[in-house]
Amino acid sequence: MNFPILSSLILLPIVGALFLFFTKDKGGNNLTAKYVALFTTVVNFLVSIYLWISFDQSTSIFQFVEDRVWIEGFINYKVGVDGISILFIILTTFITPICIISVNNSVKNRLRDFLIAILIMESFMIGVFCALDLVVFYLFFEAGLIPMFLIIGIWGGERRVYSAFKFFLYTLLGSVLMLVAIISIYWITGTTDVVQLYEIGIDVKYQNLLWLAFFSSFAVKTPMWPVHTWLPDAHVEAPTAGSVLLAAILLKMAGYGFIRFSLGLFPIASEVFTPLIYTLSVIAIIFTSLIALMQEDMKKLIAYSSVAHMGFVTLGIFTLQQQGIEGSIIQMISHGLVSAALFLTVGVVYDRMHSRLISTYGGLVSVIPKYSILFMLFALASLGLPGTSGFIGEFLILMGAFKDNFLVAVIASIGVILGAAYMLWLYKRVIFGKLINKDLKTILDLNRSEYFILSCLAAPILFFGFYPDPLINTIEVSVTDLINMHNTNIASK
Amino acid sequence: MENLNLVLPEIFISLSIMFLLILGVFKKNSSKITFNLSLFTILITAIITINETFSVSRETLFNESVVIDSMSSLMKIITLIGGFLVLVISSSYLKTFKIYNIEYPVLILSSILGMMVMISSNDLIVFYMGLELQSLALYVLATYNRDQLKSSEAGLKYFVLSALSSGLLLYGCSLVYGFSGSTNFDIISNQLNSNEYVLTFGIVFILVGLAFKISAVPFHMWAPDVYEGSPTTVTLFFTIVPKIAALTVFIRFLYVPFLNLIDQWQMIIIFLSIASMVFGAVAAIGQTNIKRLIAYSSIGHIGYTLAGLATASNEGIQSSIIYISIYVVMNLALFSCLLMLRRKDQYYENIEDLSGLSKNHPLLSLCLLVILFSLAGIPPLAGFFAKFYVFKAVLEQSMFFLAIVGLLSTVVAAFYYLRIIKIIYFDKEKDKYDTDHSLWLKFSLTVSTILILLYFIFPSQLIEVVSRINII
Repeated sequence: MNFPILSSLILLPIVGALFLFFTKDKGGNNLTAKYVALFTTVVNFLVSIYLWISFDQSTSIFQFVEDRVWIEGFINYKVGVDGISILFIILTTFITPICIISVNNSVKNRLRDFLIAILIMESFMIGVFCALDLVVFYLFFEAGLIPMFLIIGIWGGERRVYSAFKFFLYTLLGSVLMLVAIISIYWITGTTDVVQLYEIGIDVKYQNLLWLAFFSSFAVKTPMWPVHTWLPDAHVEAPTAGSVLLAAILLKMAGYGFIRFSLGLFPIASEVFTPLIYTLSVIAIIFTSLIALMQEDMKKLIAYSSVAHMGFVTLGIFTLQQQGIEGSIIQMISHGLVSAALFLTVGVVYDRMHSRLISTYGGLVSVIPKYSILFMLFALASLGLPGTSGFIGEFLILMGAFKDNFLVAVIASIGVILGAAYMLWLYKRVIFGKLINKDLKTILDLNRSEYFILSCLAAPILFFGFYPDPLINTIEVSVTDLINMHNTNIASK
Repeated sequence: MENLNLVLPEIFISLSIMFLLILGVFKKNSSKITFNLSLFTILITAIITINETFSVSRETLFNESVVIDSMSSLMKIITLIGGFLVLVISSSYLKTFKIYNIEYPVLILSSILGMMVMISSNDLIVFYMGLELQSLALYVLATYNRDQLKSSEAGLKYFVLSALSSGLLLYGCSLVYGFSGSTNFDIISNQLNSNEYVLTFGIVFILVGLAFKISAVPFHMWAPDVYEGSPTTVTLFFTIVPKIAALTVFIRFLYVPFLNLIDQWQMIIIFLSIASMVFGAVAAIGQTNIKRLIAYSSIGHIGYTLAGLATASNEGIQSSIIYISIYVVMNLALFSCLLMLRRKDQYYENIEDLSGLSKNHPLLSLCLLVILFSLAGIPPLAGFFAKFYVFKAVLEQSMFFLAIVGLLSTVVAAFYYLRIIKIIYFDKEKDKYDTDHSLWLKFSLTVSTILILLYFIFPSQLIEVVSRINII
């Protein structure tokens, strides 16, 4: 494979952004810019689908690898995909065009700049998922802060400045320790190439500290309790498209990082710190579910539900069981689709009523039935009803957890019930009941583009809910090999 | 017979200074021609430096009191480029204040000459001579806008404190001379015996004097006032060019005569470094004047440069030099933006004046965005790589405390850079600024911003140049 398909995936959005940069900014109603951005991202999506088709599922070796000298004798620009990362790349390329279609009403000024920020964001996110060198990974991981900071800060709601700062500083603070760890790894082993590091392994006596340094970054980004507080703020103030990107993809960077780096590079330390992760995950699941129950603001509720769902993900990863890790990956993909859909559904009514408060709404089912049906589907997917992708992920994670630790699994299962409680209660308050608010009587149902993007999201949620094989087949070999490698490492020490 | 070719740049620049002075005195209205000729002089000097000395590995002259090696050549070239760009973008600013006189380029040239002497010095006396030459020129430059109270105050403050530090430095030099019996760095290095108690005092005095010159905490007090009061173009000169020379001297002192006494000075450098990084980050938060803020931010950046020096390794020195080079580019870009904030012959230098800049001047704001994120050290911009190399060198020596404190203070520093970005991008817009800037100003802003933005594509080149510098 000579054609640098991964680099072109990374570069294509930047090329689109450059093209937009040289067009004229016409304020909010800039159809040309939108078409250019849409075209770029759709092409990128098709390229990534081609990547998936030509991906060889029978091996866990990294494919489509590109290895170029970047800094002499120090860092190579190395990218490649295996079964774990390819799904995240497709998720990214799938969600971004949806974001771009959805910016109809939410972004009133400087649409061109907004699209540029989203495109640059996309290329950084793809870079994160295919980087096979720690420094390259760090570059993409951190660089994503800049466009997201601007997206929240320029196009956000009332308290956008506070949220943007909180988002930026929190994540930066978490990440600098990871930088220390990456450089230390270079001095310990002499390389930052992930594939080589898998083979060499890192001395046991360093693993705990290095693991903690990586953890500090990923925990903030996941976000895990108690460092999750930036997420609700960022979500509430960000424009809809920003929330979607944040929930659907940015949070997955950390989960992916846990699998690729924490598990892969520090097997011993991962065993050591499993109780810590379990505790924090269980607290996140129960505690944030309870908080979500009490929210008045729909976006905040979904943000807290994201924290709870990511709690399941971290729990699943550190069960170190085949089912657990597979479940986590599927849960992340599913959460990417579902939370994106939920933020978009909230965005739909927000654009019409300019309120995110649950109390504004009620009785929507009689005025906008199409919307209500789709919202129901996404709510049920979020609580993990069988037949939706949410179920597969949660079920596998709990299966893995029961194998490893009975108590944790039981408590986490309570979280599933709580998840059903807050989602159904939200749905009840917004959709059912009496139509009290007079303004709601004139509210319009979904227009064509909204209907289109929500259906686009509903289709894979249902499809993978009934038939998860394409996902599982893609990740299975990679996960099996990861666990085998882990077990041999544990056994040899 | 000494090979005078090696000091040709210095000879040429000093002859040019004399010529320009005479020309300026005898020809009326000659400020424009002096300006252009001095730009020409700097260019020629840079070319001579590249031609004559760049390939030299290490040569000494005049009883080994002057040394020409790859470090001195590189630093001289950076100094000259910095001086050239400062001079080229300052003319419109000076014209606005009606201080477009012949003295300005001559003073800049003389301070550059002083710095070149400092950079090549291998002897206490030569070093001191160069230092005083550049300082005297800088005192006058600080007061250059003499009708403004603040400028005169800045010059006086700088003069008093700098004279004090020179005194300390000289005292340290005399102690070192007393115990080693020589002023030559190489001989001192062989003679010094770390058991001499008083010698430590000498080293401390010298380090304190040098720390004054590069404004490292706790010897930074003069910097904010002087930076704020001086004319903006002179502030730009202050923030970049003397630091390069002082850093070179720092490296020379630490790694030639005092290398054997590493146990004595390493802790001092680490302390200076940590204090500068932390203080620079924290104190900049409350500032409202951009020049004052830059003063504190430059204190912070000096902290990172010193972190590289504290490692006592070639990688550390190289990373410091890379850091200072990238820092020069970033500061040049930042000041170019600052010089563009002009409305009807008045320059604006408060942070509030940037409010909503992105609506009226999208390109200028984009440049500022890139520059500020780079100063904050966010990848993939050049500022990140500068920090990255420094911390790579620091961690090689397992100095975890220094690295972690340094990286945490980048987070604090990110806050005040973000604050400026917030004001530019999130706040309400004000009146438009003038857009008829000189071509050179636009040029320097564009080129430096592009360098910052695209540095990540070719990071190896700079490393290759710097990697020839092996002091230890």
